[in-house]
Amino acid sequence: MPARTMFEKVWAAHEVVPETPDTPAVLYIDLHLTHEVTSPQAFALLRAQGLKIRRPDRTLATLDHSTPTRTEQIFGDEPIGPTDAARQVHQLEANAKEFGVELYGLRDPRRGIVHVIGPEQGHTRPGMTIVCGDSHTSTHGALGALAFGIGTTEVGHVLATQCLLQRKPKTLAIEVGGRLGAGVTAKDLILAIIGRIGVSGGTGYVLEYRGPAITALSMAERMTVCNMSIEAGARAGLIAPDEVTLAYLAERPHQPRPEDFDAAAAGWRALASDPGAAFDARVEIDASALEPMITYGTNPGMVLPIGGAIPGERGDPVLERALAYMGFHGGEPMLGKRVDVVFVGSCTNGRLEDLQATAKILRGRRVAPGVRMLVVPGSQQVKREAEALGLADVFREAGAEWRESGCSMCLGMNGDTVPAGATAVSTSNRNFEGRQGVGARTLLASPYTAAACAVTGRITDPRDLL
Amino acid sequence: MEPIKTLRSTTVVMPSTNIDTDQIIPARYLTVTTKTGLGQALFADLRYAADGTPKPDFVLNRPEAAGSRILVAGHNFGCGSSREHAPWALHDYGFRAVVSSAIADIFKSNALKNGLLPVIVDPATHRWLVEHPGAEVTIDLETTELALPDGRRVTFPIDRFARHCLLNGIDELGYLRAQLPAIERYEAAHGR
Ligand code: SF4
Repeated sequence: MPARTMFEKVWAAHEVVPETPDTPAVLYIDLHLTHEVTSPQAFALLRAQGLKIRRPDRTLATLDHSTPTRTEQIFGDEPIGPTDAARQVHQLEANAKEFGVELYGLRDPRRGIVHVIGPEQGHTRPGMTIVCGDSHTSTHGALGALAFGIGTTEVGHVLATQCLLQRKPKTLAIEVGGRLGAGVTAKDLILAIIGRIGVSGGTGYVLEYRGPAITALSMAERMTVCNMSIEAGARAGLIAPDEVTLAYLAERPHQPRPEDFDAAAAGWRALASDPGAAFDARVEIDASALEPMITYGTNPGMVLPIGGAIPGERGDPVLERALAYMGFHGGEPMLGKRVDVVFVGSCTNGRLEDLQATAKILRGRRVAPGVRMLVVPGSQQVKREAEALGLADVFREAGAEWRESGCSMCLGMNGDTVPAGATAVSTSNRNFEGRQGVGARTLLASPYTAAACAVTGRITDPRDLL
Repeated sequence: MEPIKTLRSTTVVMPSTNIDTDQIIPARYLTVTTKTGLGQALFADLRYAADGTPKPDFVLNRPEAAGSRILVAGHNFGCGSSREHAPWALHDYGFRAVVSSAIADIFKSNALKNGLLPVIVDPATHRWLVEHPGAEVTIDLETTELALPDGRRVTFPIDRFARHCLLNGIDELGYLRAQLPAIERYEAAHGR
């Protein structure tokens, strides 16, 4: 057999019907994750056509996007607001019940952001195909699963048939050499990659992150990298399973029975791209040369090393419009700019390691006067672990708000928003206009950088505080 | 779904590159449980002032935009989230095609499933369209050509299967359900 990439192996193993020039492939989906925002119209379609869910056992639902994060709203008497968000939450509860889908409901200890709980609870496994009505499904590629976001019509297709109609994408190898320096994180790496290839540089491709700087990453860091593949336009990102992956999987609640684990592990190791497998395109990055990164504009590709100056070319209408929105001027340094809000959380950086990094900087320090800081765990399990380790106390003592898990300020549809005109340093993944609230100005950065900015109230190189 | 064969309309032009799904429809409008009526929320933050009144200088609020069914947009239109609310809002507003030099993957796939044609043209044609807002163009899905007012015709790429479904008003779910015997065989053979 010719040398194949990891993507080609996973794709071939899931082709129910191969593609032809006239028809797309019918691709089998091993795991379908759903949440309250992109599923109601799909369940309605099923109901209208009198269809059942074909494989409820391969479908899992959680509440995260429009779900509030204040404890009183989850565990107390306060209602979920706004009312239409509450309706969406209750609609998913009703749909899960009617169609027999397992739901990690509002007070379930396993609930959390869909891309955090999939790997955490052991649903995500190497070699799987995974879809969700959410573009950051690429996160699960960190475990060697082919995972990508789909629209609501396709959610309906998967519910009804457990399959999708897909054209085979191309492959792009991102070779990352060297090693990240102290204070430089996986978030900085993926921001640098997006800065290099651009926000549409990955369109039509599945990315495979490879090389020594990638294998040196922990599982949480790999998830941060794969999570933002879509910000480069790629629907999926992959990292080959290795010993780090196997050690992570062995600790999950859902995993193969102990007597089956070794056989499964052998299959997972064999997923790695064969030596000499051909990619459609290739990019090389040196991790050793990277610095903490921060965005200055209104898409994740508008990013620079934190010590750098905002580009100032005249006559670029895209840049001019972005800077006008951000209230910045070309040529200014990023360091020292005022910060109003700091958000640590999201499916990009809401895992335990991210909270540990945040606490490392906050311990014994206080959030600067006038700065609001919100720390939102990616799942209820992350919340419990952070509390057991005393991290929550560090956050509270520093003056930050500590919440229940959810998407929170990443997209601002659950009551957590950034006010108009305010500047937020956020560990999430999108700095689009209005993403965190009408008129909100978002700067994307790592948990270290976010925490450092919270402490000083200014854009700060986190290496100064580590 | 209604079949689409040809579309003739004046254009509305939004030249910005990377118009993302959060601009097309901000997240706070996603708390709906139906698909209808989202045209109201299309480009909400660009279209309305804080008090809800239309911003007079936004392109869709100008009188000449009324009735247009073709949106010409900057490079990489529809990047960002997988929210199908984006094509739902564009379609509900009245658009039936988006023309650009590049269109994001998930948006393109969602658009094709909702009777909104994603039309990708070469940079020169794109530049001409951006520089001539209001031009009357024809999009012919049968020949996969876009005709400019001076008679020039350029072909655009479109997936053959999606084109077949759009021309004939075929629902992809029906096609997929017809594959159920193959799906069952796959499950049996692969221990799914
Ligand atoms: S945290 Fe943000 S990016 Fe992740 S799933 Fe939630 S809304 Fe989407």
